Amino acid sequence: MKTRLFYSLLAIALFLSACSPAATSPTSTSAAPRTLLVMTHDSFSASQSVITAFETANNAKVQFLASGDTGTALNKAILAKDNPFADVFYGVDNTFLSRALSEGIFIPYKSSMLAEIPTKYQLDPQDRALPVDWGDVCPIYDSLYFIQHNLQPPQNLEDLAKPDYKNLLVVENPATSSPGLSFLLTTIGHFGTDKHLDYWSTLVANNVTVENDWTAAFYTDYTISGGDKPIVISYNSDPAFEVLQATTPETTPRTQVITGDDSCFMQIEFVGILEGTKNLDLAQKWVDFMLSPTFQEDMPLQMYVFPVNPNARLDPTLQKFLVVPASTAYVNPDEIAANREAWINAWTETVLK
Amino acid sequence: MLSLARSQQGLFAPFVDAFNSPITWHTLGFTLWQAILSTLLTLLVGLPGAYLFSHYNFHGKSLLQALTGIPFLMPTLVVAAAFNALLGPNGWINIGLMHLLNLGTPPIQFTDTLVAILVAHVFYNTTIILRMVGDFWSHLDPRINQAARMLGANRWQAIRQVTLPILAPAIAAAALLVFIFDFTSFGVILLLGGPHYATLEVEIYYQTISLFNLPMAAVLSILQITCTLSFTLLYTRLIRRLSLPLAQKSLRVTQRKLTTLRSKIVAGFIVATLFTLLILPLASLAMRSFISLAANQPGQAVFSTGFTLDFYKALGVNTNQSIFFTPPSTAIAVSLAYAVATVILALSLGFPAALALSRHNSSPVSHALDALLMLPLGTSAVTLGLGFIVALDKPPVDLRASLLLVPLAHTLVAFPFVVRNLTPALRSIRPRIRHAASVLGATPGMVFRYIDLPLIARSILAAAIFAFTISLGEFGATSLLARPQYATVPIAIYRLISRPGEINYGQALALSTILMLVAGAGMFLINRLRIGDIGEF
Repeated sequence: MKTRLFYSLLAIALFLSACSPAATSPTSTSAAPRTLLVMTHDSFSASQSVITAFETANNAKVQFLASGDTGTALNKAILAKDNPFADVFYGVDNTFLSRALSEGIFIPYKSSMLAEIPTKYQLDPQDRALPVDWGDVCPIYDSLYFIQHNLQPPQNLEDLAKPDYKNLLVVENPATSSPGLSFLLTTIGHFGTDKHLDYWSTLVANNVTVENDWTAAFYTDYTISGGDKPIVISYNSDPAFEVLQATTPETTPRTQVITGDDSCFMQIEFVGILEGTKNLDLAQKWVDFMLSPTFQEDMPLQMYVFPVNPNARLDPTLQKFLVVPASTAYVNPDEIAANREAWINAWTETVLK
Repeated sequence: MLSLARSQQGLFAPFVDAFNSPITWHTLGFTLWQAILSTLLTLLVGLPGAYLFSHYNFHGKSLLQALTGIPFLMPTLVVAAAFNALLGPNGWINIGLMHLLNLGTPPIQFTDTLVAILVAHVFYNTTIILRMVGDFWSHLDPRINQAARMLGANRWQAIRQVTLPILAPAIAAAALLVFIFDFTSFGVILLLGGPHYATLEVEIYYQTISLFNLPMAAVLSILQITCTLSFTLLYTRLIRRLSLPLAQKSLRVTQRKLTTLRSKIVAGFIVATLFTLLILPLASLAMRSFISLAANQPGQAVFSTGFTLDFYKALGVNTNQSIFFTPPSTAIAVSLAYAVATVILALSLGFPAALALSRHNSSPVSHALDALLMLPLGTSAVTLGLGFIVALDKPPVDLRASLLLVPLAHTLVAFPFVVRNLTPALRSIRPRIRHAASVLGATPGMVFRYIDLPLIARSILAAAIFAFTISLGEFGATSLLARPQYATVPIAIYRLISRPGEINYGQALALSTILMLVAGAGMFLINRLRIGDIGEF
């Protein structure tokens, strides 16, 4: 019965797939466009015109597969390693980079576009993973709250632990949230692995609130969204996008960013060509394209991240309100991979117990 | 299984690691504890409601039934937002109480508590009790109960000794589904329980995604599956003793009007409870989608709020010319197409399975199968999603990039519901009726058409509604498998809510409100479906 069930499922599946247009099978006839399959996370987006430009230039059809959040999408790519079904994977960030590289899902590609990109973004010396975009995770605050309460806004990480800012901070859980992990790494980069837990103990004494994900912290707890916490761990792009998306025109964003003394952590996202691709030349062209100004200039408004290619111009409003920290806390990707579990466990022990 | 093979220290090392860790046992303990508590509370809220729906006809009953079904399909992110709008630190209840009692701080701490988890589970799953028990109950011959009363039993004796034993199979089946949902709960725990609570499912997600410790995740998955299987086996043993063939009665006989004062008061109380727990959070969400927190400039009052349709208008505009922009009409069309495909697939697969189960009631194979059917519900969504990638990768079934994956995944979840709805109904048909029809010359096909089908029509409708709502609200598997161009409504909501800015958040709430309306209308229509004279029964 069970097997019969399976076969009937199978039969229906086969029947239906035979009915559907053969979208996934690449055809090699010269006239028909080839299909490039790009696997990515579900925050990926791009302008129609930009994708069409690539497709017409290369007689190709680009198909995207969104596969959950960054970690989930990467796991899918790793599990499909022996029989890959996509050509390119985009979206692995520096906190997951070591996992992708050590699992060997990417093949090296020394793109000519890399010459235009600052070396600080190029974290893989073998060029298996090529940088595409960056964004900083920083503490942000509601300037209005501090005006109304006659309080000097905090300037750096140390300030957040001071009694003046008791009950005001909400952070995300590093076990379940990407900005949460980035903020834990910020404190490790800034204080060192021997001191960062002491810092967290002072935050706990200062009544830090922990949420499991960014949505809850930003949309429930943050004062601008109607909550009671004026300081949130979020992104350096928030003020610029607040202005861009305001329903009534704004001159100064209400959200401000704390950037002093390495209080931010830079997330860099990478693209790589998947081992086993049957469309190597097309995949290489796509990677070149992602690093080119055309794609890079399109990213900020689509994905809230910023170009690694300095030749890409930013939207003027974005340019004006984007806060770029002078320097950011840094932790080596290999170290992150080696210690992720231990660091998160120690953090859980200190903060949640 | 494959992930176990990735373990470097041999196949059993991860088991030893997991079973030696206090975290595993602590997590298992909490998972069980909250699931049992949630299930009992859900029964407490659901059974009176099932009684009301099955015994009385009153104005607005269909509407109320459709409304109580909506929570089941709402994405957790949105439900968390709804509860926060109502009960959060700046939710309407807390603000109201602060004004009323002149308090400086919010009096109710709701989010990040066990209470929030329990309330959310009741919110989600009460509809299972209402539908499954209610439909079964509505066919019971009222004369059985009347006979007991005539013979001197008081109201409670009659309920305890007559009604409950007869209802037991339906209650057990519904409670099992509720329990499995609570046991494998993920979003509710993560978003409303906060960082201090973790179920096995949350731990599996953490081990898989954050740590990539697949051997450990596999052990925890096996533990989770073992638990759900054991509970299901327990249920099948129990049900064997409880199932009774019954005389089913038409709704025309079993349904009364609310006439006495006493029945009106009781009904009012039950409706008020359902309204508070199930509909109020939804209403607060819908209201929030029309309100703008217009306080973007320093100097403006923080809570100057205003009525707005901006969020709804923005839904139709592709501001950034995104390739993945999905207008609400498209998302609804995609969702409905998947939902219809799921209903058809789940019913056509579930019906033969339920028939087989009910006909071969006593064979051990049938019991094992019965338990196995529940596996998709008891399996972690993360495991299931990744399982698709590993299992379906060989030609000719390389479905990994196929559009078909989504309705197939939805069917897998809906299938146990269909079977659980149909099997008790089929088992309760008295064999004598079938035999009589056969003796009078009916072919097996005719027996099915004129005996079985009319008698279980309500259960088929209930099963269809479950399949429909499961597909409409499913997020986990869809997000793993969907193509961004064919976003369902929950996927579109998720995309909006994970971006910063009030306009995105507002649009997410607006789209959620639209989802509620579509789902409500869909359930209302299915409920009204009449296949010839069959639905009349």
